[in-house]
Amino acid sequence: MIPPSFDYHCPTSVSEAVSLLSKFGGEAKILAGGHSLLPMMKLRFAEPANLIDINKIPELRGISEEGGVIKIGAMTTENQILFSDLLQKKVPLLPEAAKLIADPQVRNRGTIGGDIAHGDPANDHPAIAMALDATFVLQGPGGQRKVKAVDFFHGTYMTDMAEDEIMVSIEVAPFASKTGYAYHKLKRKTGDWATAAAAVVLKMSGNKVSHVAIGLTNVAPTALRATAAEQLMIGHEITSELMDRVAESVRAICDPAEDLRGDAEYKTAMAGEMTRRAIAAAIARCQ
Amino acid sequence: MSKKIVSMNVNGKKVEEAVESRTLLVHFLREKMNLTGAHIGCETSHCGACTVDIDGESVKSCTCFAVQCEGSEVLTVEGLAQGGVLHAVQEGFYQEHGLQCGFCTPGMLVRAYRFLKDNPNPTEDEIRVGMSGNLCRCTGYQNIVKAVQYAAKKLREDAHKPVTA
Amino acid sequence: MNAPDRKAALQGMGDSRLRKEDARFIQGKGNYVDDIKLPGMVHMDIVRSPLAHARIKKINKEKALAIPGVIAVLTADDLKPLKLHWMPTLAGDVAAVLADEKVHFQMQEVAVVLADDRYIAADGVEAVEVEYEELPVVIDPFKALEKDAPVLREDLAGKTEGAHGQRYHHNHIFTWDAGDKEATDAAFKSAPVTVSEKLLYPRVHPCPLETCGAVASFDPVRGELTTYMTSQAPHVVRTVVSMLSGIPESKVRIVSPDIGGGFGNKVGVYPGYVCAIVSSIVLGRPVKWIEDRIENLSSTAFARDYHMTGELAATADGKILGLRTHVIADHGAFDACADPTKFPAGLFHICSGSYDIPAAHCTVEGVYTNKAPGGVAYRCSFRVTEAVYLIERMVDVLAQKLNMDKAEIRKKNFIRKEQFPYTSAFGFEYDSGDYHTALDKVLDAVDYKALRAEQAAKRADPNCPTLMGIGLVTFTEVVGAGPTKMCDILGVGMFDSCEIRVHPTGSAIARMGTITQGQGHQTTYAQIIATELGIPSEVIQVEEGDTSTAPYGLGTYGSRSTPVAGAAIAMAARKIHAKAKKLAAHLLEVGENDLEWEIDRFKVKGNAEKFKTMSEIAWAAYNKPPAGMEPGLEAVHYYDPPNFTFPFGIYLCVVDIDKGTGETKIRRFYALDDCGTRINPMIIEGQIHGGLTEGFAVAMGQLLSFDAQGNIQGNTLMDYFLPTAVETPHWETDFTVTPSPHHPIGAKGVAESPHVGSIPTFTAAMVDAFAHLGVTHLEMPHTAYRIWKELKAHGLTH
Repeated sequence: MIPPSFDYHCPTSVSEAVSLLSKFGGEAKILAGGHSLLPMMKLRFAEPANLIDINKIPELRGISEEGGVIKIGAMTTENQILFSDLLQKKVPLLPEAAKLIADPQVRNRGTIGGDIAHGDPANDHPAIAMALDATFVLQGPGGQRKVKAVDFFHGTYMTDMAEDEIMVSIEVAPFASKTGYAYHKLKRKTGDWATAAAAVVLKMSGNKVSHVAIGLTNVAPTALRATAAEQLMIGHEITSELMDRVAESVRAICDPAEDLRGDAEYKTAMAGEMTRRAIAAAIARCQ
Repeated sequence: MSKKIVSMNVNGKKVEEAVESRTLLVHFLREKMNLTGAHIGCETSHCGACTVDIDGESVKSCTCFAVQCEGSEVLTVEGLAQGGVLHAVQEGFYQEHGLQCGFCTPGMLVRAYRFLKDNPNPTEDEIRVGMSGNLCRCTGYQNIVKAVQYAAKKLREDAHKPVTA
Repeated sequence: MNAPDRKAALQGMGDSRLRKEDARFIQGKGNYVDDIKLPGMVHMDIVRSPLAHARIKKINKEKALAIPGVIAVLTADDLKPLKLHWMPTLAGDVAAVLADEKVHFQMQEVAVVLADDRYIAADGVEAVEVEYEELPVVIDPFKALEKDAPVLREDLAGKTEGAHGQRYHHNHIFTWDAGDKEATDAAFKSAPVTVSEKLLYPRVHPCPLETCGAVASFDPVRGELTTYMTSQAPHVVRTVVSMLSGIPESKVRIVSPDIGGGFGNKVGVYPGYVCAIVSSIVLGRPVKWIEDRIENLSSTAFARDYHMTGELAATADGKILGLRTHVIADHGAFDACADPTKFPAGLFHICSGSYDIPAAHCTVEGVYTNKAPGGVAYRCSFRVTEAVYLIERMVDVLAQKLNMDKAEIRKKNFIRKEQFPYTSAFGFEYDSGDYHTALDKVLDAVDYKALRAEQAAKRADPNCPTLMGIGLVTFTEVVGAGPTKMCDILGVGMFDSCEIRVHPTGSAIARMGTITQGQGHQTTYAQIIATELGIPSEVIQVEEGDTSTAPYGLGTYGSRSTPVAGAAIAMAARKIHAKAKKLAAHLLEVGENDLEWEIDRFKVKGNAEKFKTMSEIAWAAYNKPPAGMEPGLEAVHYYDPPNFTFPFGIYLCVVDIDKGTGETKIRRFYALDDCGTRINPMIIEGQIHGGLTEGFAVAMGQLLSFDAQGNIQGNTLMDYFLPTAVETPHWETDFTVTPSPHHPIGAKGVAESPHVGSIPTFTAAMVDAFAHLGVTHLEMPHTAYRIWKELKAHGLTH
């Protein structure tokens, strides 16, 4: 229940935060929303000597549209995503998913950047970012760089972000008109991580699929982009036979960790089921 | 370990105290401020019994450090009643039997307070979702929903009352 | 005021008056154990074993003691000179206070750290180093009874006599049975139909929102010990503490302040309490210990873990001829079950339920395993949850075997109204009941026929995305322990008590031997007195929980408060009422026979103008008693109940199971309860909602499991299923009133019924959803994961 001692730092700019990270090497952790970090510290699973609180850095906040790109500050909270008029209009998959993350209090603190940077396959934003073809903007001592979501996740708790980098923002393209979307998350109760979840973005051309992206949560060491399943759909009509093959293709790439939510067979099957339901919901939305 | 001075407004009063960096806000409130309304029911940020209101948002006070609240406005259950008059949410929980052992109640009240400010005319489903960060073992939530509905109605009626000269 | 207005003004029995205790809770001014701060107080935290079974080779305190602010580190060796390293349990066994040479379960207490504040105490715990030598672990109670199973209780080596009779194996605790074995075996031999089913009631935990804790304060100047404690039985604790510590009971004060939920988790004496008390005596300073949630789930009184085999013998048209059941009871490493002494399996023998069964026999065998001790907890009425689960499941199994409707088979076997008081094959004398009326009321309310028709239509439709199930449970439970000739805790009879004092100006104070943990005693008890004495409940102060002021009682658990203390309250009030009548006669200068009581006053018969209110009588009691009468107006009563009470209920649940995911939606839950006389309908309804919700959690998601190494799983709120307002169904409540003939106010107690009754109702609905496929039972919890596996086994998934 009681966290261990640490030195507390509260920078007010990204460059200050980055130089603190460089200074402490592996002896520091970023304090964003804190709702993954503090529970770990209270159970003494994490004992960082230094905490760098990035909650007072204005550059990390805000949702805006610039040059046809939606920019979401890494420290944007889930509730800010949920209630954002801009996102509800232009990237509605994000508010839809934010509703299913944690609970109302945690959503006031949990951030999209923290959710992504942690590299936890159970978190929701990685799969959503993949389905949105999002780009992450990182900043380190050498300056800024951009990494596509599909290239960012290397393994459980392992991302492309270096020890001395922080995530500054997430960039996504606004939805074209008649873009269907859905996030279907099977969970044991409100606030639980996904047993399995699927994020779908989809466009039809007539009665054939012209674009589809499928992101999967918590069914492998990282979030997954189900490209093979997508390929089965592009240029084709939606039939129940096609959906069976899509579900099968999704199941084929799953490698979930077994836990009290279920064994590998169940979680894998649920990845398929969530994908089916998310596709059906996305289609209904793109009419 | 070295202590830091933290200063914030708690229930409208400025406070300034020396704390360790690791001092959780819930312990700061309960031990240093002697505001024992916020309770601790778990250590994994699930139960919500510690919920307070920070700068206009419901936050689990067990999952932030006191030092993170530098300069913030913090409202606890002890700050809900004004001038001896109970807040509508407190009245609602009393009228609708929304509590039994009382342990989850302060967290429920402070959360309901903010929930109704954000959503003054909620449906039952919205209330259940809005209160889903607060666990209760005694009531089964049914009367808590009624309590929040009572408070919502009272707040809407009070808002429409003519202001006496 | 006219009579109806005067009655309403009393806010007495039957009134849904708002609660008197709410004011402090809604303003954050409750007084829970962790709110208590005493001058000079230090904090205690516990070092716990990471292993389920191991020898302790070495404990190194040095690093911990080197931390500034750490005051002391205590182990079993420090408790040995005081003979407190082991303590007696409520079940006639002993339990380690701090592990003595070996640990028996993961998270067992090994050492305590005392420090200036709780942060330093936690640092100290992390710094204590313990070396272990692992031993083979026993998790399966059946394997525990195998010939060459590892020995768990080396301290019991050679002891073939336990507290409850012969022990036939080193991991065997007791064998207990009830009923008539010969008659039952004969019934089974000759019966045309028999059914049998294995039923596991898995290990769960009551998980009240407030964890356990204590503030122990020994005053070395006065030689007095005061301990604030999360205890559902403060007087028993006082007696035990006095016996263990040698401090005279008159110098021990246990205070149960506000308690944030008990549900049976706060009945026993935990090592944390004992160590806090010892530490306080040694240091001469107050010591606070508050456990965290993982500690609570992992080491305090769990519930259930009954491996039951149920059998019914019946005629071909569904009349039950016999019931037989055998149970392997997994008690964990020490037998610390909170049962009345003579009942090591609690009141499990209520398992003949609401049915007129001529022959019955049950056997329960207790077993040691490498798990935390306990078993009797969680709104169970002493194993009645297990008993009702067994009989209600078996009746459904029989119904399915005979292709009989599940309501019809119950009607056929119900004890009939005319048969009460009814003596069951196990010897319980059921006080009153009318099951047929209640069942008909529920079946009408839900339109049972239409539900069955809907289910049939859905079963016939292969495209239906859900399986629909209807669960019906018609339970009788036994509460109100209990008659002292049968029921005692550590030798103290299970009576209860009430003391009432009416003040000169007509208000009153009353104290009882029970202790509320949310049940609303400060309100309901005042309501009983209000009706008995004509004093408004608003001005009757009710106090419980301070052993220095409250008369001796056995505490609150097993739904015993209303049946036992409620009776004591009525009886004490009637003593006052009798004295008041004498005073009234004296004041009105008439004979007692000329008086009649009306709501709040004695009136002279035939002369409405001549009366004395209780208020006027109270004043007179303090200055104008007649010659030969003591001044004052008070009474105390210790009530030894003549029998248990038998509340009952009819519950019906409709579920829709998603074939794609295994998730279950509780479409409808209708709960009719009969608890006899209803003191406060609003409070009863609240208790029902809460008990049903806890039942929902148990049946649909709660489980404390262990891996092969004895590591406990699911012991945080991430995994231990506590539903939020979103998952919790909407509850519909209803009632009938069948008073208990032997209870002074006819009340039976109610708070555990919704938990006892709802859990098998959920299972019944889930099984009913699959019944057409030949499924006769499904193990709890009915998680989406488990249900999906069942769907897959029947080819119902994609």
